Amino acid sequence: MGLPPSSSPTGLRRAASQSSSDNKVTVHFVNRDGEKITAKGSPGDSLLDLVINEDLDFDGFGACEGTLACSTCHLVFSEEVYEKLGPVTDEEMDMLDLAYGLTDTSRLGCQVCLTRALEGMEARVPESVADIRQTQDITMGMTMK
Amino acid sequence: MAVRHSYLDRGTFTSPIFPFISSLTRPSCWSFSDVRVITRSASSAAHQKVCVVGGGPAGFYTAQHLLKDVQVDIYERLPVPFGLVRFGVAPDHPEVKNVISTFTQTAHHARCCYYGNVNVGTDVSVEELREAYHAVVLSYGAEGNRSMGVPGEDLEGVYPAKDFVGWYNGLPSNRELNPGLDCETAVILGQGNVALDVARILLSPIDELKKTDITQRSLDALAQSQVRRVLIVGRRGPLQIAGTIKELREMVNLPDTKPEMVASEFEGMAEALKVIPRPRKRLTELMLKTAVDPPAEKERQRRQAASRSWGLRFLRSPLEVLAGPDGARVAGIRLAVNRLEGTGDGSVAVPTGEVETMDCGLVITSIGYKSLPIDPAVPFDPRKAIVPNSLGRVQQAAGLYCSGWLKTGPVGVIATTMNNSFDTAHSVVEDLTSGCLDATSAKPGSTGIGPLLDKRGVKPVSFSDWEKINQEERRRGAAQGKPREKLLDVEEMLKTVPLLGRGFLM
Repeated sequence: MGLPPSSSPTGLRRAASQSSSDNKVTVHFVNRDGEKITAKGSPGDSLLDLVINEDLDFDGFGACEGTLACSTCHLVFSEEVYEKLGPVTDEEMDMLDLAYGLTDTSRLGCQVCLTRALEGMEARVPESVADIRQTQDITMGMTMK
Repeated sequence: MAVRHSYLDRGTFTSPIFPFISSLTRPSCWSFSDVRVITRSASSAAHQKVCVVGGGPAGFYTAQHLLKDVQVDIYERLPVPFGLVRFGVAPDHPEVKNVISTFTQTAHHARCCYYGNVNVGTDVSVEELREAYHAVVLSYGAEGNRSMGVPGEDLEGVYPAKDFVGWYNGLPSNRELNPGLDCETAVILGQGNVALDVARILLSPIDELKKTDITQRSLDALAQSQVRRVLIVGRRGPLQIAGTIKELREMVNLPDTKPEMVASEFEGMAEALKVIPRPRKRLTELMLKTAVDPPAEKERQRRQAASRSWGLRFLRSPLEVLAGPDGARVAGIRLAVNRLEGTGDGSVAVPTGEVETMDCGLVITSIGYKSLPIDPAVPFDPRKAIVPNSLGRVQQAAGLYCSGWLKTGPVGVIATTMNNSFDTAHSVVEDLTSGCLDATSAKPGSTGIGPLLDKRGVKPVSFSDWEKINQEERRRGAAQGKPREKLLDVEEMLKTVPLLGRGFLM
């Protein structure tokens, strides 16, 4: 099984990401209320690292701390950005399969690392509030639709 | 980290006059550092008090969301917190347990108190909690088992998966289970993630398990286990399997095991793949690849060398558990062969009339957990085994809410519980703000409940008490090269907390 790119506990990365600020990559998050929040992170950091380091308040984001054991750092990208994000492992796909509001351009924030090429990218935090019927469908992960 | 005063060693209860103390706006388990934080961050609603019944993931996620607006007390029956994260999540899934960091942060929040070792429904009633708090959220989960309802279910060697999981995870009530593992074949009834967890634990190399926080006594038992073959049986077909792909992939990749599937059970699946959504599609593809595709050379060699095997069996429902010659111990299971009526999730298994027998020395039933009623005053739907609710609001009971498995039934992964708990917390805050609930009158919160518990001889365990137990478990684990060796006995847990001997009023 391949190691996820960000298998270290996110807390440990905090120090590394506070290096010189001129080299940083800007990311525009769109939160669940549709508000845009702009943050900067160092190349090599994952989007989850960025959310934690910048203390962005996305409820419940990154519950398993970037160890590919949940889908709470689910983010949605434009097709154009998605193409630049690099390959997806089976293990990430497995977790994405359990995510609310899964799209063809969904990724887990803990598996997407910042690069210069991603400067100015937008990442949308999908709506997590679901009605009961929808919850059960997604829970089972696999209803015929 | 702030040093918190224990629930037991503060002076608040020296004059526990219910209505007068109710004007207190600070949390009752306050410390000096907490007070400082509160003066800085207090909002107008921060004096409102909500209690959460059950310190598992649903309780902690509900509390986490509520704490933005109100004070929250968490009551937990056991001394130790985290519910199924501690007692349900498999020991070889430590990543999932990382959620404990967030729960610990929640418990350390200035407006949050944890009271372990308090059994709501016995030590204190739900009505008493409703008197003392502006709102009560029930999140005590699903501790019951669904039973098969077939003859032979009580034979020696038949265990509910919940008890088996509780045994290897150190749940105090299951510590004496001592399941017999001296047979070659085990049959697991049910194909959800719990079934897959049990199969994996039964077949995992002992060297892998001994690095986990699995209890030492179950590790010793598993080291002696004769189980070499595990069959995981479902009443419907491959397209209805309830487990998720991560757990199935773990089986496929489990060292020293090979899959033992029946290729004919997958006939027609390739066609069905075209019309199903991605999660089910990927899961089915993985099963097909494992069951039908000829393995590549490396995989072929791996399978050939394997000493253990596992397999899925479909369209079979239990009719009877069969006893061996001694009449006491399980020797097999009689199954009805089914066919499916309808398609997809809504399809129904209908018996064909054909019957078959599987030989086995161990049967584990993993056909679902179910919630149990906690208090006659709380509405309960016995058929669905949930508290009837709308968006977490308990029907016909203003101020009473539910979250987690008690709200939805026992399905879903941690993110599901997280979202449904946030939703319930949202309903509570909405009702407190909109005036649906009386949010203005002062409520005593734990300063009202504390004296009741004391009178009844109940000694709550605070979160800092838990941290002492935690330390002791980690110390014992380190001595054996494990992350933790769990205390298996409630009395022993309580003994680890020195303050408990001092009584409630001190």
